[in-house]
Amino acid sequence: MGEYTTQELLSIFAMQGFAGFSLFSVLLLMALGLAIIFGQMGVINMAHGEFMAVGAYTTYLLSAMSEKYFPGFIQYYFIFAILFSFVIAGALGYLAELALIRHLYKRPLDTLLATWGLSLIMQQAFRSIFGAREVSPTLPEWLLGSYQPTESIDIPLNGLFVLGLTAAVTLGVFILMYRSSWGLRVRATTQNRVMSGAVGINTKKIDRLTFALGCGIAGVAGAAFTTIASTGPTTGSLYIVDTFMVVVFGGAGSLLGTIASAFSIAQGQSILEFFISGSMAKVITLLTIVIFLMMRPEGLFASKVRK
Amino acid sequence: MNFIYERLLGGKNGMIGVAILAVLIFIILPLSLDLFRLNLVGKYLTYAFAAVSLVLLWGYGGILSLGQGVFFGLGGYSMAMFLKLEASDPVSTKIQSTPGIPDFMDWNQLTELPWFWEPFNSFGFTTVAVILIPGIFAFIIGYSMFKRRVGGVYFAIITQIIALILTVLIVGQQGYTGGINGITDLKTLNGWDIREDSSKYILYFINAILLFGVIFISRYVLTSKFGRLLLAMKDKEDRVRFSGYDVSNFKIFVFVLSAMIAAIGGAMFTLQVGFMSPSFVGIVPSIEMVIFAAVGGRMSLIGVVYGTLLVNFGKTMFSETFPEFWLFLMGGLFIAVVMYFPNGLAGLWDKHGYRLTSCIKNLQCYSNIKAFIDSKRTSKVNAVNE
Amino acid sequence: MTSTDFTLAIEDLTVSFDGFKAVDSLNLYLDKDELRVVIGPNGAGKTTVLDLICGKTKSSEGSIKFRNKELTSLAEHEIVQAGVGRKFQTPSIYENLTVYENLEISFPRGRGVFGSITFKCTEEVDERIKEVAGEIFLEPLLEMEAALLSHGQKQWLEIGMLLIQDPELLMLDEPVAGMSVKERDQTAELLKRICKGRSVLVIEHDMAFVEKIADKVTVLHQGKILAEGDMQTVQSDPNVIEVYLGH
Repeated sequence: MGEYTTQELLSIFAMQGFAGFSLFSVLLLMALGLAIIFGQMGVINMAHGEFMAVGAYTTYLLSAMSEKYFPGFIQYYFIFAILFSFVIAGALGYLAELALIRHLYKRPLDTLLATWGLSLIMQQAFRSIFGAREVSPTLPEWLLGSYQPTESIDIPLNGLFVLGLTAAVTLGVFILMYRSSWGLRVRATTQNRVMSGAVGINTKKIDRLTFALGCGIAGVAGAAFTTIASTGPTTGSLYIVDTFMVVVFGGAGSLLGTIASAFSIAQGQSILEFFISGSMAKVITLLTIVIFLMMRPEGLFASKVRK
Repeated sequence: MNFIYERLLGGKNGMIGVAILAVLIFIILPLSLDLFRLNLVGKYLTYAFAAVSLVLLWGYGGILSLGQGVFFGLGGYSMAMFLKLEASDPVSTKIQSTPGIPDFMDWNQLTELPWFWEPFNSFGFTTVAVILIPGIFAFIIGYSMFKRRVGGVYFAIITQIIALILTVLIVGQQGYTGGINGITDLKTLNGWDIREDSSKYILYFINAILLFGVIFISRYVLTSKFGRLLLAMKDKEDRVRFSGYDVSNFKIFVFVLSAMIAAIGGAMFTLQVGFMSPSFVGIVPSIEMVIFAAVGGRMSLIGVVYGTLLVNFGKTMFSETFPEFWLFLMGGLFIAVVMYFPNGLAGLWDKHGYRLTSCIKNLQCYSNIKAFIDSKRTSKVNAVNE
Repeated sequence: MTSTDFTLAIEDLTVSFDGFKAVDSLNLYLDKDELRVVIGPNGAGKTTVLDLICGKTKSSEGSIKFRNKELTSLAEHEIVQAGVGRKFQTPSIYENLTVYENLEISFPRGRGVFGSITFKCTEEVDERIKEVAGEIFLEPLLEMEAALLSHGQKQWLEIGMLLIQDPELLMLDEPVAGMSVKERDQTAELLKRICKGRSVLVIEHDMAFVEKIADKVTVLHQGKILAEGDMQTVQSDPNVIEVYLGH
């Protein structure tokens, strides 16, 4: 370590810090959709990763179509891909709620198992439609390469893009949940379903839309991740446990908690990785979270609910 | 006599269930299958240990664990470590840079046996470790969670995270654990070659006997007041607490017991299949164990054995002919079980099985046989009276 | 603190939820063989007092002494084992088990893990179950699944589940809520029978019922005692009249 110059050290620090931020934004984007579903509705959606994959595959499809039919469009399709991913993943989520989830609200453990079954079905569907090999969309040029403020600092553009997208989505969710009348109705339904129904809120419709929103956000996350990694049928299952961990650690029902949780996990792991091997860093991060949860099951920011 | 009848066999229905399963496992399967397939059945039966453990923990206790693979793996790895050390004697490993240690350690440039491998040189220690290490581990996890009243979904997710931790640890530390390939090339158990055909037959029967033993122990526990308390706690935990019971102690006990049962399965797996790897420890195998229990019937000790056999047979069959179809089927099965028949096949049998038995009773051959037996009985009585 | 002859001695008991004082420096004393009824408008803190005694809620200040044993530091199951039985407002019984099994589980033996595994339902236990079942009018229904009982019968079953533990302090939260007139009479007779040899603390709203059973009445209002005494005294107390009938 002593062989680097101060400038080099600063560069390493900046890049490492950025790597931490990058991981933070990835975790947060994944967790936002789930935080809404689990936090607001208490529903465990083990197929959340697969909804992310839906977004990724949608992006891939749009990329393939642009290449084939609208070659000039290739620079612009990505923004549409994100929107499309949101809509399609959200629509699938809407259907899933209608067909499956709404029967299981009072039985959280059963929801867990049923959604795991759903994830198996979705994984196989991906395999049947897109094949078992991993695919990647063709990224537009403005996402490739990196930003180099100085000679030795190299910040990948796709990382910056994901960071920016996460910020936008988080802000969007915040405004929707806490500053809109729709968000108010969602929160009312969570806190007191019976009373909300009594004052005329269509709780069933709210549930369906909330679930669809969570899945839609997952789709956006999936689209964003095509810039970082390729997509295969089992990509969703790679992320699901980490995502749950972020949500549970942060405290279900708290947007601030999810943000704080994603941040601390990401930074903690990145810093650890600097000193010890990758696998041990992950193990220690996970262990710390488990021990914390054993001592404080409500997570970082518990929502104050009077039972 | 009554004790055995009621507490171990489970009364009339239980006894018939045990008898039919015993005939299937001890007689029908060994006679009709070749060794290769019988060995497969033996492997499936080791998964059944984990499914049985879930009857206690999940079916009766209402505690969903998505990490039974952890205990299965701990038991399996303990046995694997013993067998590997036996197979790594200095003579067979003389071509290694450091003879006398397992090959994967040599490949990872280790020069001596890590300290925690040393005790597994002893068979006595290993047999105890197979049960105790998972038990202690389960006790620590159970104590820290149940005393703090962590349950339900949070508990399930934490068990998942623990399964992930163990997997990452094993895979990452390949010098110490054999990594992602696991511990392989196992040869002898105290000099007895486990790769021989005759050994595989013997191990199959030992495994089956142990499985029934575990079923009887579980039945004993579940038919006692403890079993009824578990059901009561599942229904109204607070009421049980306010009747003077320390609920967390009961939960810890059932968690530790189920861990030990799963671990025995793991050890028998290593012996029959000849290796152990992290692919039996993590999240996916743990959830598969839950599927076995769900399909067979989470409230039925006998039912989950059938469930395990069925799902695994199905997997092997469909993976060969219609691999695409299999995952759809399994996912759909999971959803169907959860939504429509939560007590699995055993529950379906309880509800509708009488149709089958009355159908059999109506068959002509049945009444012929019955008449024959009755006539013998009356002639015996007449003979006595003369 | 001072030792006392009272079965239950509550002193300076206080608990607040988010700044709201549900129970405010409460002092209450219960004798052996006494049947005390606690009444008061909704939100007065009656159920909270029971919650505090049985350990469901932790107090912020004060002491609860049961036969000179401090309860505030004990866990719920330890309080039960010390001899305190609590019946909840909505009948809290094991729906999936039969009446017999409900009572058997509540039998105060085999309370530890290993004790419960090796527990044998001996003749002694069997007789006691039948005895208690008789007391709560459920003897002919021993083999019936508890879920199929009527609301009133479920209330009686829960009382029976407490009786079989032979508690020295029995706490009942609205035992006749939802019962028919005839069932109320039977319950009144049951309560008068069972308070021999133990103390009983009852929360109730039905004044006719209270009059039938109470030795002494305590009126709670906003977490404090408003009035205490026999039924006549309390009913003619001007404070009580104002609180119940409004301004």
